Amino acid sequence: MNEKIIFAYTALFDKPDDIIKAAKSTEEAGYTKYDVNTPYPVHGLFSAMKLPPSKLGYVALVVGLSAAIGILLTMYWIAAIDYPINIGGKPFFSFPALVPIIFEVTVLSASIATVLALLFYFFKFPNNSYPLHDTNYMKAVSSDKYGLCILADDPKFSIKDVEDFITSLSPIHKEIIYFDEEELKVKPNILEPKFVTFLIVIGIFISGITYFTLNKLMYMEPFTWMMIQTKPIPQEESKIFADGYSMRVPIKGTISRGHMPYLFYGKPEEASVKMQNPLAFSKVNLELGKNKYNIYCSPCHGNFGEGDSRLRGQFPNPPSLHSAKVSNWSDGRIYHVIMEGQNVMPSYASQLNINERWAVVLYVRALQRSLNAKESDLK
Amino acid sequence: MSSPNEKIEFVKKPFPSKILNIGMICFVLGAVLIIAGYFVDHTRAAFSNLIILMVLISVGLGSLFFIGIEYIAGAVWSTVFRRVPEFLGGVLLIVPLIAIPVFLNSHGLYHWTHEEAVQSDEILLNKSSYLNLNFFLIRLIFYFILWIGFYLFLTKNSKKQDKTNDAKLSKINIKISAIMMLFYAITITFAAVDLLMSLEPHWFSTIIGVYYFAGTLLAGLSVATFFIVYFNENGYLIKGIVSDHYYSLGAFLFAFTNFWAYIAFSQFLLIWYANLPEETFWYLHRWEGSWIYFSIALIIIRFVIPYFYLLSQPSKMNPKKLLFASVWIFFAHIVDIFWLAMPTLNKNNVPLGWIELSIPLLLVGLIIIVLYFRYKSSNLVPIGDPKLKRSIDFRL
Repeated sequence: MNEKIIFAYTALFDKPDDIIKAAKSTEEAGYTKYDVNTPYPVHGLFSAMKLPPSKLGYVALVVGLSAAIGILLTMYWIAAIDYPINIGGKPFFSFPALVPIIFEVTVLSASIATVLALLFYFFKFPNNSYPLHDTNYMKAVSSDKYGLCILADDPKFSIKDVEDFITSLSPIHKEIIYFDEEELKVKPNILEPKFVTFLIVIGIFISGITYFTLNKLMYMEPFTWMMIQTKPIPQEESKIFADGYSMRVPIKGTISRGHMPYLFYGKPEEASVKMQNPLAFSKVNLELGKNKYNIYCSPCHGNFGEGDSRLRGQFPNPPSLHSAKVSNWSDGRIYHVIMEGQNVMPSYASQLNINERWAVVLYVRALQRSLNAKESDLK
Repeated sequence: MSSPNEKIEFVKKPFPSKILNIGMICFVLGAVLIIAGYFVDHTRAAFSNLIILMVLISVGLGSLFFIGIEYIAGAVWSTVFRRVPEFLGGVLLIVPLIAIPVFLNSHGLYHWTHEEAVQSDEILLNKSSYLNLNFFLIRLIFYFILWIGFYLFLTKNSKKQDKTNDAKLSKINIKISAIMMLFYAITITFAAVDLLMSLEPHWFSTIIGVYYFAGTLLAGLSVATFFIVYFNENGYLIKGIVSDHYYSLGAFLFAFTNFWAYIAFSQFLLIWYANLPEETFWYLHRWEGSWIYFSIALIIIRFVIPYFYLLSQPSKMNPKKLLFASVWIFFAHIVDIFWLAMPTLNKNNVPLGWIELSIPLLLVGLIIIVLYFRYKSSNLVPIGDPKLKRSIDFRL
């Protein structure tokens, strides 16, 4: 017996009130290295043992704050410096959009850091042995008893004194716990081959499954959800045509249905002379023109063509459509601007079909007339 | 543990005269100010009146929710001071009185009451089957009847229990509370839409009901917390309320401060992201003129300060700190309702003058006077509640 090394002197109690009393007297007796084990959190033990508040909160605070600042700077760098994308005309660095991300990253990092700190710092992982394990004491306190153990490395520890002290507390059971000699020889090491191998196996397993899912499984029937088909996709390589392109150019001398080739690219003068508005000044055409104008033109040109953009200076304002220059242009010249664009204005050929373009020209004419009405218009 | 039916002795003290005096002075001053305000500028006084109404409804409904959730959840910790929210819920009884001048002045408050404006506005015309004075009045009466009805039911049973010690009454109250919650959720949403959102009849936010609810809970809880801590520290309540009870109240306040911030930010983020002109103008009004400072102050007063103040454990357990936090949160709720309503009156400047001073004065006065009368009419501790013993023994 005496060759064994003592780990702790333990005592068992029957009631939560007794353990609080015992903890108080242990504290008063001046023992510093002792612990209390209970089957559930007993209220009042913290104050009885005079435990300082847990330091775990600081881990959460520090990691959470640094994660919040870190992700804020990262998002700033991504959104405003490295890859700025205009989203709905908002500033590249818009703080409100980042709040959910900052919140999530803060919570995630703080909680993971808390768990890791618990495991590696407070529980001293990968050390998983503790002399109290597999003792009757531990079995009792994890079912219905309340235990007190005074550790042998306490400076005041001496078998005689502790035994007297514990007896004075009148516990229902007392016991000396010894170190397990087997366990004493093993020194916990985080780089222990078994543990490292275990980590490597888990790493390979998870990355293997991820690789298989993303690169193989997704391309198997039925997980492809008909994404892979025999028809050619734009910009896919073609094995049928000699030039290897899947996208084909129309055969020479043909046009597709409903398409009208435009002959005056780069020739505004010719466009202004050779084209005439095929649409009549009718209610239907003007309504169509107004509708399309309000959708595509008014954001920059303003609702009445005065160049009062709604874009609040995020795009240069165009000149007024009521200037003498535009008023004197022919319909074909205005049509040409819609087709080709002018200065900062891009081409709107793809947004408006041929009928709609001429309807917009009609509506611009109507706007011009409404703002420069002559006396003869009233009759 | 002793048997739950063991009789617990409690002797009620008379209502603290210091509090009553403060209440009377605040009430008289506030009433004089708002009546004078009605003579000077009746639209502006009506806005103050509306804010008083909304905060009073908040205190009443917040307390009602506190009582109801305790019954439904079978919560034990709050039973020992449940009478305080029960008393505070009594403000619902005077809410209809406060609502009368608001209704009479609805022409100055609500744009949709102007017939000619509605006729020339397609959007308002389409909304007019809901937003019209008759239906508005019917809805208000409906809400008030429901709230007061549930309040009287719950408190009557609770009061009866003092004499009979009947555990069945608790069971009945649990059922009433469960039914109440359904109507509560619907009526508080519609009340927020009718009374606050319709100030800007073109604007809509589907989350405004939840927003108002978050503030409501904070208002009810903060006032209840103040009086619970005050009564207990001065020995009015039964012995045995300790820092564990305080901690729970503080944690409740802390949780719903976060809930408010979450809801308020959600409302802002969606409107900001979608960037639709029919929604954004509401925030733009609050971001122009001197309102911008008010809006920033709201974030700090309503969220940042209470958050960091209540974050640490000791501040939730320390009675003095808890008293301060509850007063702060209650006034933050007034600021919040002010921020919701007032920009409709003046879009460029924050209207802060002597008329607006009547808002906090009258509110404090009314709450204390209602509390005084409810205090007189029943016991301060639910002496017959079967959970009372466990509630006193409550530890975290």
